[in-house]
Formats: sequence, structure tokens, C-alpha cells
Amino acid sequence: MDALIINPFIVATKNVLSTMAFIDSKPGKPFLKKDNAARGDVTGIIGITGDANGTIAVTFEELSILKIVSNMFGEEMTELNNEIADAVGELTNMISGQARKELAEVGKVFEGAIPSVVMGKDHSIIHITNGPKVAIPFGTEAGNFTIEVCFDR
Amino acid sequence: MDMSMRILVVDDFATMRRIMKNILKQLGFTNISEADDGSTALEQLKSSKFDMIICDWNMPKMTGIELLKTMKADDDLKNIPFLMVTAEAQKQNVIEAVQAGVSNYVVKPFTAEVIGDKLKRVFG
Ligand SMILES: [Mg+2]
Repeated sequence: MDALIINPFIVATKNVLSTMAFIDSKPGKPFLKKDNAARGDVTGIIGITGDANGTIAVTFEELSILKIVSNMFGEEMTELNNEIADAVGELTNMISGQARKELAEVGKVFEGAIPSVVMGKDHSIIHITNGPKVAIPFGTEAGNFTIEVCFDR
Repeated sequence: MDMSMRILVVDDFATMRRIMKNILKQLGFTNISEADDGSTALEQLKSSKFDMIICDWNMPKMTGIELLKTMKADDDLKNIPFLMVTAEAQKQNVIEAVQAGVSNYVVKPFTAEVIGDKLKRVFG
């Protein structure tokens, strides 16, 4: 996979969370993920097609997403429910859109599909394409989340 | 700007409708309705009067761009200002919306300030 594909997703994630949720997030060192186990409790996943085909997933630990959505709504969220799932879907959408915009500016054109969301302890994240899964862990004041990017080339 | 103008917020995600309604209330608007798709928005537009549409692009049944084009072809609806708010930020999308007659364009993620600014431009 082209390493240049990864960076726009890191930038987009930071930007979406700081603009919509006023939360500063710090990316850690990317690593190659070998298993399907989600590192978080709720995951948004979206298919991307175009110059390459793949999926990106954003998986949040419970505390981090409760804080993020509380900030987005200006209202305290206390449990993982449908409102959280909806918010994770829309966050995934925005991250995909922002990253695709940056990629389009360097001539790589992609389209995004409609996101899906999985919630619950110990779920799996299955990327449909067979490329390497690059995971980037992020830290926030309220807990951690991880993005996974997987493209066929 | 008339703070009691009737605004219709259209987005398939409840999250985005909620955030947009919060922002509009924060800006002082008092008369806000919502729809979860272009097709349900069109029904509402036909049954009651609106002064402003704030609309997402990607929606499952009828997209925002389809709604915009449908409104522009309808003499009763073509003059209602239409603000497109979308995660689709690529140039081709903006061009298509401008050609279809969009009043202004906001890329998600956005701040309350940006929404206020764009509304001022639409009505300024
Ligand atoms: Mg949408």
C-alpha cells in the first residue's frame, strides 16, 4: 500500500474531532495489524473505491466516544446507544470525506460508500480487501481510539 | 436577517440534524424543522412554506443534489435559498452544486461560526 494514502486519514481524523467535538487527539506510531480484533467498543467502517479499493475503520474505546459525542451535542452522554452509533457513523463519513478531498488534490480520486457501525465489547473488524492493515492509535484526554486503513494497493 | 424564518434541516444522520439545530438555535433562529432524506424533505416543502433549506448531499433515497435540481425545476420552490452542507469536498462536487444553483456550500466538519457566516452571505 502507498504510504502517502495513510497520512490524509490521520490529518482528517484530527481535524474532524477538533472541529466537531473540540477534542485534541494525538496520533501514535502506526503498526501493521495482523488480527481482526477491534481495539475499541464501537467501530465505524466505510468502503472506499477508486485509485485503490479498501476500507477504513475508526474504533473508539467507550470513554473516548462518550466524551466526544457529549461535546458534539453539548449534552452529557453516559452509555453506548443508538445515538452514539449514529454519531460514529457520521464521524466516519466526515473523516472519509476530508481524507478523500486531500487525496483528490494530489490526483488520487476516491468515492466513499455509506458507513456501517458495530458496537459491543470484543467485536471484530473485517476488511474486505486483502491488503495490509495499517493501524494508527490515537490518544485523547478522555481515552483512546484507533483508525485502521486497508487498501488493495 | 429574520430570526423567525422557517428553516428545513435535511440529513440522513440524526447526529448531524441535532448538531445543526443546536447551532441554529445558538445563532438565534427559532423556527427549525427537519427531514431525514431528500424525498421526505420534498413532501414537507410541498405541504408547507419554508424560507431556507440546509441540506446534506449523501442520503439513501433522494440525495441533496437531486433535491436541489428538483426544486430548481419547480416554480413554487426554485426561489428558496439552498445551503449544501456535506462531507463531499472535492472540486467536482462543488462545481456540480454551483451549476445546479446552490446558494452556498459548507464542507463538514464545520463550526457554528462558519454556518453563521454562510447564512449572512446567503441573506446579505
Ligand atoms: Mg449523509
